[in-house]
Amino acid sequence: MTLWLSFVAAGVLASLAGALWRVWRGPRRADRMMGAQLVGTGGVAVLMLLAPLGSWAALDVALVLALLAALAAVGFVKATSPDGAGDPEEEEETPRRKADG
Amino acid sequence: MADVATVVLTGIGLFFFLAGTAGLMRFPDTFSRLHALTKADNLGLGFIALGVAFQAATWREVALLALIWALALLAAGTVSQLVARAALGEEETR
Amino acid sequence: MTFVLDAVLCALILGVAAATIAGHGVFRAIVFFIVYGLLVAVGWVRLGAVDVALAEAAIGAGLTGVLFLAAYGRLGREGAGGDAPAPAHLPAAMAGLGVTCALGWAWSALPLPDRPGPQLAEALPMSGVENPVTAVLLNFRAWDTLLESVVLLAALTGLWMLTRDAAWGGRIGLPQHVRPDGVMAGFGRVLPPLGLLVGVYLVYIGADRPGGAFQGGTVLAAVGLVAALAGAVRPPRIGATRWRAALVAGPLVFLLAGLAGAALGAGFLTLPPQIAGAALFAIEVALAASIAVTLAFLVLGPPEETITR
Repeated sequence: MTLWLSFVAAGVLASLAGALWRVWRGPRRADRMMGAQLVGTGGVAVLMLLAPLGSWAALDVALVLALLAALAAVGFVKATSPDGAGDPEEEEETPRRKADG
Repeated sequence: MADVATVVLTGIGLFFFLAGTAGLMRFPDTFSRLHALTKADNLGLGFIALGVAFQAATWREVALLALIWALALLAAGTVSQLVARAALGEEETR
Repeated sequence: MTFVLDAVLCALILGVAAATIAGHGVFRAIVFFIVYGLLVAVGWVRLGAVDVALAEAAIGAGLTGVLFLAAYGRLGREGAGGDAPAPAHLPAAMAGLGVTCALGWAWSALPLPDRPGPQLAEALPMSGVENPVTAVLLNFRAWDTLLESVVLLAALTGLWMLTRDAAWGGRIGLPQHVRPDGVMAGFGRVLPPLGLLVGVYLVYIGADRPGGAFQGGTVLAAVGLVAALAGAVRPPRIGATRWRAALVAGPLVFLLAGLAGAALGAGFLTLPPQIAGAALFAIEVALAASIAVTLAFLVLGPPEETITR
């Protein structure tokens, strides 16, 4: 079981390289944030998989990561709002631009 | 029996993580990539939590796994909504 | 297979570290720094240092990310968001390289510390707690921790000095606003109760398992930050007495416990075993409150809104 769980954990970690590529590449800031979000979820998954391998205390770390998973994204949408303290949902009519990559 | 369940469920979880990453890399625009991301967030993590739960010695650990997944779902839903809104109308940046 | 796992983790950490400082674009560097904090937290768990992992998860992946993103947003609004010209990076790069070389030298030149052996096992029952990390932080090396808590307070004082005269007395941070029934407002109402529970839990278990004042306090700070950003709570005014009391509670209780040790004849900050358990619990609770409030205030920043007198 140790072997399998380590394999899955290594697999999840390796897949995160793809998310990191998206952080590097962009092109939008939202794309980079999404990459970070996937790494966060992947980190939680890896910590869950590490728990049976020896320390169930790893779940406490996973709990903190999951609790604060949205913090960076909230900070991001705040920082990119016009006055730095807004909410992207407030504007009724958001100027729509071409949504291409 | 518990070990078989762990192997199968975490295997499915890994598949969804790989699929989510592939989508994040390959999908053509920001909003379809967001769709790929939530698959890994919700399903991948959910299956892994379920698989690991079969290895837990106490119910406390099972409850903790469930709580972590619930928090991740809450975060994923919030983040996708907010980031999508912020991406609307954002110009491409470096 | 665990070797492969560790190798992949190390490769990712090194790759992310390189990506953070390579290339240009402030925003990309910030996102990579957040990711770096996440991966390092996993690394600490692999090394068996769950206490450090908890702090790294809350600070590295949580608070500093918000701080940098807010700074990035402000640079953009002030019209200073462009990248610094390449020569400006050179001194920073040289300084970074110097620190790396010094660390490398220290790692190879200094003798490896002995694993905590029978000495710690002997002293632990007298410390008042069962988690060796908490015992070292709050009892055996209490001086360091006391001074650290004072440093946090000094940092906040320094930050508050930057307040404009016209804004002094106002609510700290930017005046936050959200759509009342929106996603962010809803998130800000659902998460904090759960987060409060997790933070208090981490403080409470710190006596016998990984957790404690720093870890729990940081989580509480991050949760308070979510509540403030999402408009669920309004940050207090900068002069509010109750909140200022919370800022100094930790160092104060720590000092009082130290003086109690001196009064009982054991010496300043040396806690005799009969009061150690109760004293450490009091210190831990007060310190967690102070750390939480100080860190949250640090990230929110000084008052910004000009108040009319």
